Amino acid sequence: MGLKQSKQISKEALVKKVMAATQTGLPICDHPYQVIAEQVDTTEDELLDIMQDMTSQGLIRRIGLVPNHYALGYRFNLMTVWDVDDSEILRLGTQVGQLSFVSHCYQRPRKAPDWNFNLFAMVHGRSEDEVNRQVETIHQLLGSACGEMAQLNSVKILKKTGLRIRKD
Amino acid sequence: MEGIVKQTSVPYRLELSNQDRDLLNAVQKDFPLHPQPFKVLSNQLGIPEQEIIERLNAFQQNNAISRFGAVFDHQRAGASTLAALAVPEHEIEHVAESINALKEVNHNYQREHEFNLWFVINACNQVEVDSVLTHIAAEFDYPLLDLPMAKGYHIDLGFPLW
Repeated sequence: MGLKQSKQISKEALVKKVMAATQTGLPICDHPYQVIAEQVDTTEDELLDIMQDMTSQGLIRRIGLVPNHYALGYRFNLMTVWDVDDSEILRLGTQVGQLSFVSHCYQRPRKAPDWNFNLFAMVHGRSEDEVNRQVETIHQLLGSACGEMAQLNSVKILKKTGLRIRKD
Repeated sequence: MEGIVKQTSVPYRLELSNQDRDLLNAVQKDFPLHPQPFKVLSNQLGIPEQEIIERLNAFQQNNAISRFGAVFDHQRAGASTLAALAVPEHEIEHVAESINALKEVNHNYQREHEFNLWFVINACNQVEVDSVLTHIAAEFDYPLLDLPMAKGYHIDLGFPLW
């Protein structure tokens, strides 16, 4: 009965358990998935299957390591925002997103009159000079399709926590 | 001031060898979904499995790894937005404290701009995101921007170290 019940746990419930277990991190050991499988009461094989499904469906964006860029010397990051012609933003946003030093690149809505920027790109570098050159690279790439831009230097990290998904 | 982390909290800079860099870049994405993922990496990189495990554990102990695991699509996992407030300089800490206390807020940065408080709201659905925004708008009479993602051109897929 107990075994049968655990087998019948819905796939949706298992997906949520897997998300809760893996968002805090995978252990770095010989059989990391085995450790997680035990936490969520399933087998290693079943866990690998479900994580494969979650990846194919796009629910898991990637599995891997997020370096602590700051500790590794990439101490300069800058949020840059750009006012790009709506007719060109798909093409140019795609190109900006492909630059190696860009970690995030999003299109967001303008909110006139306070906010006329529609493209966000986060850049990272090891020196101020390097970051300035990166901004210049984006500027040249956008060319005449870009009106104003702004650089929003971060003064302070006030809060930074990983996303926590509720287990319910 | 609880919750305020200065960016200078990491006291030293870690030096990476070329091999360290290659290893970190190799495991940033496409970490193998395989019972022995480090064995697969060992074959790809030509570094013994145990050495990879030891080195990554050492990186973790030295705070060189922010996170190791699955990165979820926040949009699919729930709803989110990037919001910004234009707060008078002398009110920043007080406002930031209230914003940080909201469990739906998981990033909050002070930035150099008229809109000087930038935070990400994550919740289970759009209704909850909107209610957090309404709550903030009711509590603080400052210009508030709600800038949900319209399209992602590069969504936190990491970037190669150089």
